[in-house]
Amino acid sequence: MLLRSLPLVFVLAGVALYTVLGGADFGAGFWQLLAGRNERGERVREFAHHSMGPVWEANHVWLIFVLTVFWTSYPKAFGSIASTLAVVLFIALLGIIFRGAAYAFRSGASTDRELARIDTIFSFSSILTPFALGAAVGAIATNRVPVGNAAGHLFSSWLNPTSIFIGVLAVASCAYLAAVYLAADAARDGHEALERDFRLRALGAGVLAGATAIGGIFIVNADYHTLFHSLLSGRALAAVIVSFLAGLVTLMLVYDRRYEPARYCAAIAVAAIVAGWALARWPTILPGLTVDQAAAGHDTLVWVIVCVLGGSVILFPSLAFLFRLALAGRFQAAESTVPDEIAQPLRAIRPGLLARLVVALLIAGFGLLNIANAQWAHAVGVVCLVCFVVLGFRAIVFSALGEQTTPK
Amino acid sequence: MGGPSLAAAFAPVDQHYLLEARQMQALSFSVHIVLVCFGISFPAMVLFVEWLGQRTRDRLYLTLARRWSKVMLVLFGVGVITGTVLSFEMGLLWPNFTGTFGSVFGVGFAIEGFSFFMEAIFIGIYVYGWGRLSARVHMLSGIPIVITGFTGSLMVIAVNAWMNHPGGFQLRGGHVTHVDPFKALFGNTYLWHELMHMYVAGYVVSGFILAGCYAYSRLRGRWGRYERVALTIPLTVAALATIAEGPIGDWAARDVASTQPIKLAAMEGLYKTTKGAPEHLLGWYTGNHLEYAIQIPHLLSLLTDHSWNGTVQGLATVPPSQRPPVNVVHWSFQIMVGIGTLLALLAVVYLAIWIWKKRLPESTWFYRALVVAGPLAVAALISGWVVTEVGRQPWVVYGVMRTDAAVTGAHGIPIGYGALAAAYLVVACGLAWALRRLARAPFEEPVEPPAQLQAA
Repeated sequence: MLLRSLPLVFVLAGVALYTVLGGADFGAGFWQLLAGRNERGERVREFAHHSMGPVWEANHVWLIFVLTVFWTSYPKAFGSIASTLAVVLFIALLGIIFRGAAYAFRSGASTDRELARIDTIFSFSSILTPFALGAAVGAIATNRVPVGNAAGHLFSSWLNPTSIFIGVLAVASCAYLAAVYLAADAARDGHEALERDFRLRALGAGVLAGATAIGGIFIVNADYHTLFHSLLSGRALAAVIVSFLAGLVTLMLVYDRRYEPARYCAAIAVAAIVAGWALARWPTILPGLTVDQAAAGHDTLVWVIVCVLGGSVILFPSLAFLFRLALAGRFQAAESTVPDEIAQPLRAIRPGLLARLVVALLIAGFGLLNIANAQWAHAVGVVCLVCFVVLGFRAIVFSALGEQTTPK
Repeated sequence: MGGPSLAAAFAPVDQHYLLEARQMQALSFSVHIVLVCFGISFPAMVLFVEWLGQRTRDRLYLTLARRWSKVMLVLFGVGVITGTVLSFEMGLLWPNFTGTFGSVFGVGFAIEGFSFFMEAIFIGIYVYGWGRLSARVHMLSGIPIVITGFTGSLMVIAVNAWMNHPGGFQLRGGHVTHVDPFKALFGNTYLWHELMHMYVAGYVVSGFILAGCYAYSRLRGRWGRYERVALTIPLTVAALATIAEGPIGDWAARDVASTQPIKLAAMEGLYKTTKGAPEHLLGWYTGNHLEYAIQIPHLLSLLTDHSWNGTVQGLATVPPSQRPPVNVVHWSFQIMVGIGTLLALLAVVYLAIWIWKKRLPESTWFYRALVVAGPLAVAALISGWVVTEVGRQPWVVYGVMRTDAAVTGAHGIPIGYGALAAAYLVVACGLAWALRRLARAPFEEPVEPPAQLQAA
């Protein structure tokens, strides 16, 4: 039981982290879109970009983590969801393409006008993706995704009141998260005007997201009473209450300008909602398919768990390092200039013995890989060829650069 | 683990747009694989240049490393997008494939996900950390990028090798049982040649593209020390890697001959099983034989079997429904080998001039050739993957699951294909624009060039 559920816990944790981290990035795009064309808007856009730039890639990989662990551990559920929700997932994907492209291209832009144009063209994707992913969640939550290859309806599965409500809630939550984070960053870097701006945005978006959530409960009740019932009873209710309280506390913290705790409190509010959703459905993944039935075989699950736990041992310290640098504002700090020292020319080595060794390695590699047939010979041959490239590079580049530094 | 109803739920569907689905996958893959080459090899080159800079205290190297790292980040960013597209398509286009075999190959992608993650984390630290971290920590933060470039390709190619030479599971009534992911992914003899062939190709492709950029500078009259250094490093890597790619390619072809004889027969356009088979150059496959081809007697047997009269299996040994489209595979293979040979010639010219004259080539023709070499290397790379992937058809999992049984039942594939193509066109234009902008800034030597001073 534990073996078959644990990967799903990883997936849900990944969903929560993606919402909290990747969601904040989409939210930042949302604010960039609404920032307006004046100088103040320019500053908002620029700041949002600089704040998210260093962590953008890492935040988005959570989605890849979710997908790979899900399809490995629960392949049939993945195949059913991806095929029935193909349209809405494709829309989310287009949004991801354009949001990512905006990051990549900004590095080429040099004038404010170019930057503004890139932001305007690409920021619509910041609304598209959270909405589409939220709508997809709504489709699963309301049992509109049956088991099978594209067995559900391609459109009505996600174009329904609950899906649209969750989509809108996702957009509002992303905007809220982003505003809280950006206010925190602005306060840390001492940008008072920006801090004021983002604090107001955070309070506005927070109230809006809260109102949407409360109003949405009635939509869910009308559209799919079972979900309404399961969310407001038993285990799920506890999570919903935690989320509600965390949301309220965050608003108070932001009002109080205590942004660091607000950052984490906002994250808890989002994570609790993901947990509530999972608890409301447990142990069903899709209609007629329980977690146990959907789970892959024993060996695969063991492998997934070992890989995720083993990977986490490397991943989390690295992630902590990145966030420590980002949150401490190290990437925003002024650069230390390299003192102009006297350059030491590279010692040009005369390729004598080394050159002969390189040629010998190539011949040995060829012989072992292409004339011999044994497996071990192939392995040694590959090593020879790799050494050929590395040592050949050393022989040529060092003498080449040495000659280029010291004119004869 | 699921009753018979589940097996029925993932029965093959009638998908009118199978070909479009395959093309959409091929488009996504072709775009991504070029960026993968940079992911594999660029970090190592950037790190080497930074190391040179730390060692010699020469500002030129540090400037170069820094500029390259910006380009690296842009390309990585686009790679994140195109990689995400590919992982979505596993479900959007091929839900039956992932739904049936996800438990067998998925672990490879899960580990790849982690290595992608590490790459993303450290690329952020490295690029945004210039001048903000100590020189030592900065160099160290680059090392994980190089390592994860390797582990990432190892994992993805393990999955591809499994699709070409599946194992580590049993199939009973449409259900996968007795799954052993480790055996499936890493106990596979097919993995190693594919991995090496791609990994080395990564250095060939990005090396020639980078060198081509500075060769273009030279043709335009910009040829300072900065350009010479920036050309020498990638060109040397590419030249050596191209020469190593020859023997590795031959090894790969022999592995294909022994594990996927039908793919090899399609590569060679060989219909009948032949003793002492000749090698065919060029030619068009029609009516079960190659027209207009140049024959080299016995060469194919010699290459695949290392014997004068070795037997090579022909396409006729399987029914027509199990044969890949011969001309696509045959021509892709010819293009890959042809371009590889041309690039190797270029490499030999470069290396020979180094060995005997101790300088860079001076002929303008060499630099013109170098400008073309980058795009040609990309063409060879994509052709090589067409050989692997189209040559595997009609199977998605070789001999186990047909591609038409793997495809989604959802409608509207052509719309998705068109939308993706349009999106990629926008991304490609934006990328070209951003890279041109990054390349525009010339390097200014410090007012008092310390290196020359010291030498004088």
